[in-house]
Amino acid sequence: MAQDKDPAFVRFEGVEKRFGKVMAVQKMDLDIPEGSLVTLLGPSGCGKTTLLRMLAGLETPTAGSIYIKGKRINDTPIHKRNLGMIFQNYALFPHKTIFDNVAFGLKYRKISKQEVREKVEQALEMVRLPGFGNRMPSQLSGGQQQRIAMARAIVIEPDVLLMDEPLSALDENLREDMRREIDNLQQDLGVTTIFVTHDQREALSMSDKVVVMKDGVMQQEGNPEEVYNNSVNHFVADFLGHSNFLKGTVKEKKDRMTLVELEDKNTCLAIPAGQFSDGEQAEAVIRAQKMKLGYQRDFDKEPGMNYFFGRIVDRSYMGGEVSYFVELATGQVLHVISFVKRTPYRRHDEVFIKVDPEHCRLLKL
Amino acid sequence: MKEKWWKPWLLLSPSLTAVFLLLVVPVCFVVVYSFWLRSPVGQDIPAFQFGNYAKFFADFFYPSILISTIRVALETVFLCLLMGYIPAYFFYKTESPFKPALMILVMLPFWISFIIRTLSWVNILGDSGLINHMLIKLGLISEPFAMLYNEGAVIMGLLQYLLPFMILNIYVSLDGIDKSLVEAAKSLGSTEWQAFREVTLPLSLPGVSAGCLLVFVLTCGTYLPPMILGGPGNEMIANLIFKRVIGTLDWPFGSAISSILLLLLVMIVYTYNRYMGISQIFKALSKE
Repeated sequence: MAQDKDPAFVRFEGVEKRFGKVMAVQKMDLDIPEGSLVTLLGPSGCGKTTLLRMLAGLETPTAGSIYIKGKRINDTPIHKRNLGMIFQNYALFPHKTIFDNVAFGLKYRKISKQEVREKVEQALEMVRLPGFGNRMPSQLSGGQQQRIAMARAIVIEPDVLLMDEPLSALDENLREDMRREIDNLQQDLGVTTIFVTHDQREALSMSDKVVVMKDGVMQQEGNPEEVYNNSVNHFVADFLGHSNFLKGTVKEKKDRMTLVELEDKNTCLAIPAGQFSDGEQAEAVIRAQKMKLGYQRDFDKEPGMNYFFGRIVDRSYMGGEVSYFVELATGQVLHVISFVKRTPYRRHDEVFIKVDPEHCRLLKL
Repeated sequence: MKEKWWKPWLLLSPSLTAVFLLLVVPVCFVVVYSFWLRSPVGQDIPAFQFGNYAKFFADFFYPSILISTIRVALETVFLCLLMGYIPAYFFYKTESPFKPALMILVMLPFWISFIIRTLSWVNILGDSGLINHMLIKLGLISEPFAMLYNEGAVIMGLLQYLLPFMILNIYVSLDGIDKSLVEAAKSLGSTEWQAFREVTLPLSLPGVSAGCLLVFVLTCGTYLPPMILGGPGNEMIANLIFKRVIGTLDWPFGSAISSILLLLLVMIVYTYNRYMGISQIFKALSKE
């Protein structure tokens, strides 16, 4: 089965988009495999939506080519591209019934009335809203409207499903459910899907591949674990989850580790990302969840571990876990997230932080 | 905290007083007057009789003016709609930096006196007006074209007065349409034209009908364009009222005609409100 999947079902080749003086997307090369769910992740204004809209035909690339199924589609008008698009604000036609909304795309596809009815009912069932055909969009809740928008997009059996921040208008709890629902639906249908979001949790939880973008430039692409654990630069590490950055100078290499002297002469062992030479400036990245706390009075050095000493300056309790902010002697504040123990640490507690070098990554500055 | 029920009324009271004293009371006077008698010496005698109304419907002369008024109003509505939708749609679509300036051009006529605007057509369309003058100078015609004092000239005068109302109403309606709806329609396979017909046009209908109502009602009550630009056969109902009241000083009969017109318009507006909701018009007017 894996063999007959096209690894470059959708292909961006040197795609650029310029709005006046602003480069919204710069030299984008990206292959999207058939049947996969790819997320374009980045802060607002990073060009992710523009990229999606160029694929949809709502924007024209300034340079480069876009291919779907090996066919260049730059000059194909939007209505002939056979794409299903889902918008942030649902974009249901307010003057049409749910049935007519879902059937809208089928009208242009020379299908008998009977077949249209069957397909619409099937699509409504798929999004778990059967029997809603006679209602108007305004009678539906946000989550239901988004599901109808999904039904409307998938009923035309599109080559690619495009979603532009489809969950951001929903409230927190609903978002979680819809996320799973989209994920399941996508897997059932096996439709190639491109999902635009600024929410790293959405991106990490549902994608086969995450593409992190910033200022119109792709920063990193890879599967979620890869992008999260092996972030290639400061931006990606910072954008995905809570990271701590410690600047220092490369001292020496030990096996696969590199010893870094930090600004306070403390040292840190880290796994280098790339080649470093002695004396080079670098920064170590440590995830907030990978740091372990202990009282300084209980300190007991374990060989091969990295240690930092400081005092808790702030904490926020979040139910299952607690966020601690630990100030080091240098004045730098580290963010530590740990599960709640019987007695959580309090403000002003003197603590040490233990980090396994396996969880430290050294990035170029 | 519970709102005091009378608070909004307190805030509304100045405008309510003004509306009551300056509009409701005079209209009541007019209605009351329409039942009075007019003596041969020209004195108005208080009475309650329907003679003035009977006179209006006694022969076909007066009703025919009412009918031709409605006809002209409908023609004006139709032309305003055709000529108003296109610029409104342009304003909705354009991303030109000149859009605000162009919008101001639409509003510009509101800042010039209606009488002056209407009179200026005489200088353009008249026998020795701009167009005839040019055509004769160029040797294209030897005798001036008669362009004034007919229904066409009246409708022209009405159009230049009413077009901004239509454009604004339609524009507001269009502007409220989420642009992603058209994008969604196109992504589902409809062409630009199909997307317009299926999505944009139906969703702009509230503005269209509000504009039509406004133009219709304003046309029915206008008397300047027919007076200045129309011939003897182009009189409209408001001219008739004007003549009865100012010309022959027959206040009771003039009041009766006014009441008939008022009743007709109230019925139309009421019907409209039943089906469309009057609030659409306020939306457009508050946009300015």
